[in-house]
Amino acid sequence: MSLRFNFALGLALVVLVVLGAVLAGLIAPYDPIMDADLMNSEMPPSWEHWMGTDGQGRDVLSRVLYGARVSLTVGLISQLINSVIGTALGVSAGYFGGWWDDLVNGLTNVMLAIPSLVFALAIMAVLGPGLPSLLLALGLTNWSWTCRIARSSTLSLKNQGFVQAAKTAGFGNFNIMRTQILPNILGPVLVIATLGIGGAVLSEAALSFLGVGIRPPQPSWGNMLSDARELIRTAPWAAIFPGLAIFATVLGFNLLGDGLRDMLDPHMRTRTA
Amino acid sequence: MMRFILRRTLQMIPTMLAVILIIFVIFSVVPGSFITSLMSEGRNATNAQVLSHLNEQFGLDQPLPVRLWNYLSGLAHFDLGISYRTREPVWNVIEPRLWPSIKLALCAMGFAAFVGIPLGFLAALKPGSVFDSGTMVVAVSGLSLPEFWFGLLLMYVFALNLGWLPSFGYQPGSIRHIILPAIALGVGPMALLARTTRAGVLDVMNADFVRTARAKGLAEPRLVRSHVARNVLVLILTTMGLQIGALMGQAIVIEKLFSWPGIGSLLVDSVAVRDIPVVQGAVLVIVLWFLVINMLVDIAYALIDPRIKVS
Amino acid sequence: MSQFLPDPVLSVRNLRLGIGKRYEILHGISFDILPGETYGLVGESGSGKSVTGLAIMGLLKRPLSVTGGTIHFQDRDLLKMHPRERRQLRGDRIAMVFQEPMTALNPLVTIGRQIAEMFVIHRGMGWPEARRKAVEALESVRVPAPEERAHAYPHQLSGGMRQRVMIAIALACRPDLLIADEPTTALDVTVQAGVLELMAELCRAEGTAVLLVSHDLGVIANMCQRVGVMDQGRLVEEQDTRNIFTNPLHPYTRGLLAARPRLGSRTPGQRSRLIELDEVVNAKDRGRDMPTLITPRGPQLAPETRA
Repeated sequence: MSLRFNFALGLALVVLVVLGAVLAGLIAPYDPIMDADLMNSEMPPSWEHWMGTDGQGRDVLSRVLYGARVSLTVGLISQLINSVIGTALGVSAGYFGGWWDDLVNGLTNVMLAIPSLVFALAIMAVLGPGLPSLLLALGLTNWSWTCRIARSSTLSLKNQGFVQAAKTAGFGNFNIMRTQILPNILGPVLVIATLGIGGAVLSEAALSFLGVGIRPPQPSWGNMLSDARELIRTAPWAAIFPGLAIFATVLGFNLLGDGLRDMLDPHMRTRTA
Repeated sequence: MMRFILRRTLQMIPTMLAVILIIFVIFSVVPGSFITSLMSEGRNATNAQVLSHLNEQFGLDQPLPVRLWNYLSGLAHFDLGISYRTREPVWNVIEPRLWPSIKLALCAMGFAAFVGIPLGFLAALKPGSVFDSGTMVVAVSGLSLPEFWFGLLLMYVFALNLGWLPSFGYQPGSIRHIILPAIALGVGPMALLARTTRAGVLDVMNADFVRTARAKGLAEPRLVRSHVARNVLVLILTTMGLQIGALMGQAIVIEKLFSWPGIGSLLVDSVAVRDIPVVQGAVLVIVLWFLVINMLVDIAYALIDPRIKVS
Repeated sequence: MSQFLPDPVLSVRNLRLGIGKRYEILHGISFDILPGETYGLVGESGSGKSVTGLAIMGLLKRPLSVTGGTIHFQDRDLLKMHPRERRQLRGDRIAMVFQEPMTALNPLVTIGRQIAEMFVIHRGMGWPEARRKAVEALESVRVPAPEERAHAYPHQLSGGMRQRVMIAIALACRPDLLIADEPTTALDVTVQAGVLELMAELCRAEGTAVLLVSHDLGVIANMCQRVGVMDQGRLVEEQDTRNIFTNPLHPYTRGLLAARPRLGSRTPGQRSRLIELDEVVNAKDRGRDMPTLITPRGPQLAPETRA
């Protein structure tokens, strides 16, 4: 299993999911919500319904395609929020040090101690179900690793010649952080974000499965699994395909993240490949 | 050593305080309190008098800092408050859930260690082999698997189709009931352990002191036993500690799926009805578990690695 | 040479090694080491002297491997030996001291046990007896308070002490040949001499032959009877140590000697090492295309000869 093959596989999976999500409106054979046909419920996979139908006779394939929209939106946007928070806190803490650094450090440790799914569950309980709540709940609870990496990288960059030179040249603190430090830590931040997208997709599915994420009838892979759980004996396909979609998406982002890390840091290759 | 434990215990206090504060702030901005959610569900608390009475009974009419102070001073003598739903002390609600949760976490970790560590070890001894590649495929898949979907599939195959194991539920002392949820929960840590073990063994095998051991004429089995295993153990221990610590929180979906009466399912159920004192208590227990496990790992670390000073 | 010389303890003939056949790192080197003799291999980093030592030990790491030649140890070809037999020889008859005292010892095992291990695997002793022998071995390398130090972990010792422990391990079974790869390079200048003297003294007492690998001509001059000069995977000169300083034959050797810092020659004009070296070391001038792996980089020799 070569590294390049892994990366290519990851990229292919991600591209496939993105295409499915973007083109869902064009390629989905049925409407994911409206085309319910109770006469044709729990039908096994066939030419009309490639992935079969669910308990309300809706086409599983169409729902999986539309579900990709939710998963990708949540994954990408929540990780964007996490990356911005983590980078801002980490870089400023590493750069300024002092009480601000202590505060950020303490906060990071607290965030690490609360499992992010538990934290997100609590926030969802307050905000109520729905896409905006999900973005916030998952975007606010998973920035600690980014923050740690950004902080330690900034600490080591701070004393290097080019940063000192910029300081001597009279650049302001904000400018130095933006132009000298930020470009140098984007690599590791990107790696963590890519791996984090996979994690966020899993968390979204878990929260929707628990009934506090995306509310039915809006399709999400998590709530599809939740519905299918009751039908597992009679219509296992309704559970198998959404789960496979989650698995493929998360696998894709994980392989992509691993590949990016190996490309950015060859030393890591032997240790984590 | 006792001082080390004491110091680590004291270090947990600020973290716990911060967690309490965060949870408190989050739930104080809830637009609908438990009381109003009771009303919306059309139960008995429909008139304003009952509402204010309930608010008073649970101390909700007081400002947030006062409520926080009351909660903290209660905590000082292990009083977690009163459950909105059952009107019992929160500790009485949580206590019977503790052991099932701990048992599930430990069994899941046992499965993960039992499978993941040997896999990683064997893979590292022959890097690049088919076995190695296969193990890494298993590892990256295990890390990408939605564990509740995997649990659902296990349930479908082993409980519903083959009928070998019960599909859900809990019986004290029943091993058969714990197998499926433990495997479903343990597959992620298993994958991570396989990866860490493999990377750790490869790292140590390339270390200078292993070259010295070879120069001493040690045969490979002895070399692995007395110079590689222990050094890798330090690495494995860290990963395992972090995993067990996080497992109680990760278990919430699996507990729900298998109707396992643990802290996780209690948390989900309490969130659904906004039973805030129980939610707070459950989160505190989950965080405390994480912190205590991490402390134990640090102690084990200090016992294994002489470079770490205990004092 | 004459028939009065004893049989060599180590005889390397036309040794080649590299990554597969394509990248050769040693281009066929030959030398002998006589019993009780200290033989020096000198050269800059990348000249192939360290891999020569590792090849004799059989500790080359993939992708490096021996691609030709023979290594005879007491008339037996090491390269044709069964791996198990060769392993039993390692540590027992041929021992090695490495450069890095900080990392060459297992950080999680007491030094007493790391020495005692030698007696357990090569002499079949039980641990209690081996432990007593380990304390004796520590005493012989003049580690103070050996009883207590046997319970110490490597991180509790200074670099010099650790290297003494390494020597105790290497000499535990009274080997016939000791390979010392830059044994004092990583040490403080102040303790280098002490460690070298100790090594020389113990080897002299036991009649142990030594292959001393170093870039430091001063060390070689003090320790060795004969010296081989290596450059880019070749043994370019071999002489008695005395002669090499008075009568260096090969231009590379002359360059090496010229690059030595000398007392009282502080004026830059007199030393001018980079200019002298340039014409000697430049691979292209010698009409050879060296594989990139061993092409010297930067101002050759300068960083190493500083020490």
